[in-house]
Amino acid sequence: MNHRLRASLAVLLAGLVVLSACGDDDDASSSESSGGEPETIHLVGFAVPEAANKAIADEWAKTDDGKDVEFVTSYGASGDQSRAVADGLEADYVHFSVASDVTRLVDEGLVAEDWDQNETNGVVSSSIVVFAVRKGNPKNIETWDDLVEPGVQIVTPNPASSGAARWNALAAYGQVIEGGGTEAEAEEYLTKFFGNVVALPGSGRDATTAFLGGTGDVLMAYENEAILAHQNGEEFDYIIPETTMLIENPGAVLEEATPKASAWLDFVLSEDGQKQFALKGFRPVIEGVEYGEVEGANDPSNPYPPVTNLLTVADDFESWDALSEKFFDEENGIVTKIIAASGKAS
Amino acid sequence: MTASTLTRGRSALSRRPAREGGLTWVSGLGLGITMLWFSLLVLIPLAAVVATAAAGGWDQFWTTVTNEQTLAAIRLTLGGAVLVTMLNVVMGTAIAWVLVRDRFWGKSVLDVLIDIPFALPTVVAGLVLLSLYGAQGPLGVDVANTRAAVFLAFAFVTLPFVVRTVQPVLAELDRDVEEAAASLGASRITTFRRIILPALAPAIAAGAALSFARAVSEYGSLVLLSGNLPFQTEVTSVRILSSIENDNRAGAAAVATVLLLISLLVIIAIDLLQRRLVRRG
Repeated sequence: MNHRLRASLAVLLAGLVVLSACGDDDDASSSESSGGEPETIHLVGFAVPEAANKAIADEWAKTDDGKDVEFVTSYGASGDQSRAVADGLEADYVHFSVASDVTRLVDEGLVAEDWDQNETNGVVSSSIVVFAVRKGNPKNIETWDDLVEPGVQIVTPNPASSGAARWNALAAYGQVIEGGGTEAEAEEYLTKFFGNVVALPGSGRDATTAFLGGTGDVLMAYENEAILAHQNGEEFDYIIPETTMLIENPGAVLEEATPKASAWLDFVLSEDGQKQFALKGFRPVIEGVEYGEVEGANDPSNPYPPVTNLLTVADDFESWDALSEKFFDEENGIVTKIIAASGKAS
Repeated sequence: MTASTLTRGRSALSRRPAREGGLTWVSGLGLGITMLWFSLLVLIPLAAVVATAAAGGWDQFWTTVTNEQTLAAIRLTLGGAVLVTMLNVVMGTAIAWVLVRDRFWGKSVLDVLIDIPFALPTVVAGLVLLSLYGAQGPLGVDVANTRAAVFLAFAFVTLPFVVRTVQPVLAELDRDVEEAAASLGASRITTFRRIILPALAPAIAAGAALSFARAVSEYGSLVLLSGNLPFQTEVTSVRILSSIENDNRAGAAAVATVLLLISLLVIIAIDLLQRRLVRRG
């Protein structure tokens, strides 16, 4: 009897020790954040623009506004980062790959409803979908039709697990509509397209790694990734198709952010900020940015040639919410179904 | 004097729980800490997974787990894990045997290298496998984007488990018993079957359960090489990731719950099998 009592006392005691330890931790962290530096910006972003953001921060530090500001940064897969912020990761400014990752924070009440009501509609960096091919383009891939020729092996990140990969699927679908095709013809094209896909890596970075590791003839890539990979010494060519999709990466300041975060966003959208993006391979989101030569581009002196037919979410797909439901719904999305069917067929 | 008191005291201490079925102060504290630690790290998170799955409701649970693509992924993952576990039982025991019983040059190096698959971050393992067994691999073996790639990744990351559980038991095994069996006329196969195997069975089973569990949860080392093709090389972790990306946490938890249940059954089955082996021996 007595011993059972002692045993439960022991459990209780151990519990109290741990709980009080937790309590101490909480106190420590909260007092730290309330008394912390007001000049710190917590930047949470997707992995790709890390180098560019760093370059912009360095430029900003040279101005009166940006000097003495410290950054605490966190980079990772866009969806993961967005979910982390929704679940409590401290953030003042977020930079994601797709708008739906910001919308998630709007739904949580962390970002203002009107976050996209600025000159660039909430977009801070942009790029386009391109084809990365082996050096010298041995399979002579120039157009969307070339991709669905028999025997062409395509690598694209998985639109199911990578939000960013959805740009590729949209580009493939949208270019058929742009060329005067019907929705049925666009679905038929996507079916052939995914029939030629030999690997669906989890993220854009994984897809690039798999492609550079020898998988496939063509990689569905983004222009900025291709340019960055060239800057890092990787050898492959990239082709800008006549019709392609404009990739728009949103950036937003959180509701309870330090006031400095808004100044940072203004700088990111300024000519100086966009110049740094351009040097790292992103197309500027404003007119008239002087960036000179961009190393790693097909033609460094004319790195961002205009695209003949540029598809955008707003013009061609209504909105991210609408297209997410239509194309990527887990059970009934057009792309979800086509990918599943392609797996069963082969 | 002091020593005898101490001995008496200790024996009284150790007799007490046996008599009353209760707990002493020390073992009570031990049990308390164990349960607390276990709850914080395992029970509560697992309960949270099941609760999240339940939050979506029965209909959603059923739709998610009966999705054709998900079922195919579960089949592939479990099938691969079972196969690789059987392979490990044979190969792991053999490797442990060689490491314990044989003497050869470079043995200690091999002994250390066995643990490398543990130490390597799985993504790095994936990169290594891709560069060796991908399209540009120097060995001329290209398993990229096939089921063989999934199996290969499983085999790579689960290699150490059976080796490391069997090795110490085998080292402790009394060779006199084997010699006695041999002198009584038992063949080497009989000796292995009746003497050695029953002694090793619990260790092999423990290694097998670990290796199975590790394979079921594997993600990092295979994503680069497997290609994640639905119905072909897509494993369950990738499906779960897809659900999360679609903000369908209940769906992700549902698949995880099914996987947990099946893994539990398999681990119980391994344990039962091992008990029967020990009894028969």
